[in-house]
Amino acid sequence: MAIWTAKIVSTACRISGRQGVTFAGKIALKIDPQILRDLAAQVREKIFVVCGTNGKTTTNNLLCSAIESEGKKLVCNHTGSNMLAGVAAAFVLAAKNNGKLDADYACIEIDEASTLRIFPHFKPDYIVLTNLFRDQLDRYGEIDITMDMLNRAMKMAPEMTVIVNGDDALSAYLAMESGNPYKTYGITERVFDSQSDHEIREGRFCKKCGAQLEYEFYHYSQIGKYRCPSCDFARPEIDFEASHIDMSDGLSFDVENRHISADYKGFYNIYNILAAYSAARTAGMSIPKFEEVLKKFNPQNGRMEQFRIKGTHVVLNLAKNPAGFNQNISAVMEDEKEKDIIIVINDNAQDGTDISWLWDVDFDRFAAPGIRSITVSGIRCQDMRLRMKYVDIQSELIADVKTAIEARVADGCKNLYVLVNYTALFSTRNILVGMQK
Amino acid sequence: MKITIGHLYPDLLNLYGDRGNIQCMKKRCEWRGIEAEVREFQNTDTVDFAGLDIVLLGGGSDREQMLVCEKLKLIQKSFRDYVEDHGVVIAVCGGYQLLGHYYDTDDGRIEGLSLVDIYTEQGSPRLISNIVIENEIFEYPIVGFENHGGRTFIGDNRPLGKVMFGHGNDGKSGSEGILYKNVVGTYLHGPLLPKNPHVCDYLIRNALERKYGVSELAPLDDAQEKEANRYIVERFVSN
Repeated sequence: MAIWTAKIVSTACRISGRQGVTFAGKIALKIDPQILRDLAAQVREKIFVVCGTNGKTTTNNLLCSAIESEGKKLVCNHTGSNMLAGVAAAFVLAAKNNGKLDADYACIEIDEASTLRIFPHFKPDYIVLTNLFRDQLDRYGEIDITMDMLNRAMKMAPEMTVIVNGDDALSAYLAMESGNPYKTYGITERVFDSQSDHEIREGRFCKKCGAQLEYEFYHYSQIGKYRCPSCDFARPEIDFEASHIDMSDGLSFDVENRHISADYKGFYNIYNILAAYSAARTAGMSIPKFEEVLKKFNPQNGRMEQFRIKGTHVVLNLAKNPAGFNQNISAVMEDEKEKDIIIVINDNAQDGTDISWLWDVDFDRFAAPGIRSITVSGIRCQDMRLRMKYVDIQSELIADVKTAIEARVADGCKNLYVLVNYTALFSTRNILVGMQK
Repeated sequence: MKITIGHLYPDLLNLYGDRGNIQCMKKRCEWRGIEAEVREFQNTDTVDFAGLDIVLLGGGSDREQMLVCEKLKLIQKSFRDYVEDHGVVIAVCGGYQLLGHYYDTDDGRIEGLSLVDIYTEQGSPRLISNIVIENEIFEYPIVGFENHGGRTFIGDNRPLGKVMFGHGNDGKSGSEGILYKNVVGTYLHGPLLPKNPHVCDYLIRNALERKYGVSELAPLDDAQEKEANRYIVERFVSN
């Protein structure tokens, strides 16, 4: 009954896209509060969950493709609906109408704050912890609160193996202190020559003793090779170590004597690939077709997603927080061609209604020569325009996203980047898909 | 003319875009031909208040605030002398709480600097909201965002403003922030100053007056700032 209703609701809501999925999950849980527990118990082999501030969706979707390449069937919340209702919906919609689920694995990304609500329904076998940055403050209070929630979630599933980004002192600390078994991945060599500690905002201080951590090098934000000068806390031994990083043409690196390459931009994608790889390998899969998986993988849902509109090459990229936005700016700057930029900022509940994080992003880097124009849009375009004004960069304000895109497609340099935050993503993506037709 | 802005412990207190407050003060000085120097004091540095014209104390998590308060104890006397000598201070969120006598949290008491006769107690739930306040000394409302567990009690002190939308100091009294001599304490971030150029200029004017006896500021084109401010007022305060 719950499954039936949910499917009908979901079909009915398909027009509204992702929101329909969440709504279907809510209905299913209302009708049968046990439904997520029952369906998750039917997964024949293992359940993976992916947590962390940035990179959840890409990592989870990559992990899904990797497992599928092993000929396995799985449940996955591809759309990134990652709270309780969205997770329930993913299981319900994958089930047959008789309540049977035919799946070897489940790969589920989970919003950090939702782990405590979801783990009572099922205990994952593996959790991937990508990184922890400041995000959506008004919802979580502070990063310490997020860490505390994850800590409690891990204690609810003591058998669960943690696959953690060892280069992030905050995530690594959580894994090491949890008492859960853990495996680490990381990038051990220095990749960027000049890296100041200016953008470090979290995790400057040892979570164990409070002393300021010392870094041999940083990759970005607080991600790097660190140790505490006054206690024994340090970057752990790395199980899956990426080396020979090359970003001259796409991305490539070596891990476990294998050469991995992908045609994506953005240094952070090395971590996403490495996380998915490490998770599959930790679960004992040999993933011989991983290279092929990467070739076929199209980062979806506005993660460097590409469109062609009236001769303009458009790249849509999501960023929700300073660390993510700074990485996106780096990815834009990797493109040496001239470009127009539209920044869309909303402040709906899912974005975090507090947009003060805009001031922690290094937007001054857009003063570089290759940037032809900046257009600010979305609900909080006014704040965004001021943000640019106070680094002496002129921007044009066009509140309506569609009008903004049409304007730059009409008068731009044919190379357009649209940087959006969370709720702006879905509407903007729909607009771009519509304009591409 | 030159203004020196001291940013206290940005490595610990940097929670809500405090960089924006610094940037705003700096630019609004520079756009008027006033030299502006920003000095960041890390947690190991000593602070010499004699060389400072504006001090910014930002917000941090409770744990970080605890670390800062140990540091601040060491400079408490010179900080108080600076305040009593009409030194300009802008203290936001956690920094605002630290101005008072103490902040009682569930994990114990965080001793404050007792620069201002106020105190804070932890309450539940956290007060999280867009916020709009007004004060007749400012020609239009002050807008921002608040996110605090603490309830601050200001006694007979002058508040920064009266709450038109949001929670303010304690969620009940209808007052927000504090004005004491040239100290401004407030829960508003967002950050505070870019959308409230009148507050930014109030700080700069007070600093110039103290240092040079100059009380006139050259006007700037604040059309964009005012538009952003008005957007928040119109969205949250029904007429």
